[in-house]
Amino acid sequence: MASHRDLPAGLVDHLFRNTGSSSFTEFVSSYAPELLPPRDEVLATPIGDQVPHATTIVAATIAGGVVMAGDRRATSGNIISQRDVEKVFRADEYSCMGIAGTASTGIEFARLFRVELEHYEKLEGLAMSVAGKANRLATMIRGNLAMAMQGLVVVPLFAAYDPDRDEGRIFSYDVAGGPYERERFDAIGSGSIFARGSLKKLYRDGASADDMAMTLIQALYDAADDDSATGGPDVTRKIWPIVSVIDADGYRRLGEEQVSAYVDQMLEARMISPDGPIAPLR
Amino acid sequence: MSMPFGYASPEQIMRDKADYARKGIARGRSVVVLQYVDGLLFVAPNPSRALHKISEIYDRIGFAAVGRYNEFEELRRGGIRYADINGFTYDRTDVTGRGLANLYASNLGRIFTESIKSLEVEVVIAEVGETPEGDAIYRLTFDGSVFDEHGFAAMGGQAEAVVARLKERYRESMSLADALEVALQALTEPGGERPPVGQLEVAVLDRNREHRKFLRLTGTRLERLLAQSSAPTSESESASESTSEPLTAPPSDTPPPTGPEGPVDDGSSPL
Repeated sequence: MASHRDLPAGLVDHLFRNTGSSSFTEFVSSYAPELLPPRDEVLATPIGDQVPHATTIVAATIAGGVVMAGDRRATSGNIISQRDVEKVFRADEYSCMGIAGTASTGIEFARLFRVELEHYEKLEGLAMSVAGKANRLATMIRGNLAMAMQGLVVVPLFAAYDPDRDEGRIFSYDVAGGPYERERFDAIGSGSIFARGSLKKLYRDGASADDMAMTLIQALYDAADDDSATGGPDVTRKIWPIVSVIDADGYRRLGEEQVSAYVDQMLEARMISPDGPIAPLR
Repeated sequence: MSMPFGYASPEQIMRDKADYARKGIARGRSVVVLQYVDGLLFVAPNPSRALHKISEIYDRIGFAAVGRYNEFEELRRGGIRYADINGFTYDRTDVTGRGLANLYASNLGRIFTESIKSLEVEVVIAEVGETPEGDAIYRLTFDGSVFDEHGFAAMGGQAEAVVARLKERYRESMSLADALEVALQALTEPGGERPPVGQLEVAVLDRNREHRKFLRLTGTRLERLLAQSSAPTSESESASESTSEPLTAPPSDTPPPTGPEGPVDDGSSPL
């Protein structure tokens, strides 16, 4: 580490060293690099199936905002390792991220990403732009590529309210980064194919947050119906999907009662029509 | 025994440094931090909209400073890094105002004794708790001394006079509008003119907010608050009537509690 003479104003602690940017990750990588997720460790064997994996996340835009929902299952190979894992994280007041892939690495990324956004906001005195946030997340995922090749894959889905446009925006990623901005809706994780198919038929432009929450719960159910790694609503244990709404009022996670009411309503309808709502042909 | 040429006694050196720092700080305007019913209020007359004297450090911790901008800006940035690193290493609840005050104290103290020039700054670290009893205000001077203030703190140019006015008017569990009124009265010399809204930097640490408690009050929100606080009502009535938020009104039949007894440190003591 550099000598104290390099510190500003004669300060003596390396916490006061300026790295020349407002990035938390950049500062930590010079101050305490061991705190960051490992980037280029070589594992003796790929550990893909031995650690819990998070699965399906869906997001869709609404009138003046965006809704994101995730199921609660984590799997290790064919074992269900956790039934109530949380995979949708608040990033800051106007954005959130969902994770699919290695759960532990994903949670670490979500934690780091949150600090990264806040750190920038506090140092600069204003919030990062939505595109800036999406790019920052892309860099983080890109940095994990070496680990992803060894089985520790993490793919996030990022959703934010853009105050400049007064609309919700969705960004998706692949293992090498991104971001890819998505119109209307997107899904990630093992059940995403089925969820996306469901959303294609159920998505309505300019829907309300309540309607879209219902739509996403339907999509997650369809994903769980066909993908063994995606968990459906657990009626006996009362474990429901996580549904978060972001609009001009900020981030809010829907309460247990509200989500359980949607789930009850959906299950009741599916008792009669197991494949869910039928979209009009013309 | 003859003294070497140019000898100055340690006492003399320290006194000179302290005088130098105090003069630098006294040139600036004062900043006031005080407790209100929902948390802590920061008020600073500041003509600049870009260069802040008040800032967020972490979820529950705010920062206010007077003196040389570049020096307290370095302290602020270091404080944010300290808080974010600790919160990331451990948990968000493990970041405390006390830890931050200690970091600043050790740095300010080292610079004061070792450097030719001490920092010309005075800093307040305020932390909002779950209850008013959990609130903490730490005031740090240029030499690294820490003062654990109760209820309110003032620093900067006319700190002594501002503290005297604060002590006179401060009450426990004031509404936000009342607390702002008290702060502005304290910051204004008797018969003097109040700074216009555009030249006020106001922020709160509101314990009722979710996640991050720090909030800047600007624009129409601040204007509305100021209109409430300068409404021509007597002091005890305005607390219960002038607030738009559902705040609990203080009991009107008993006299409201006053500020803490005893001498209040206004930064005027040597070292």
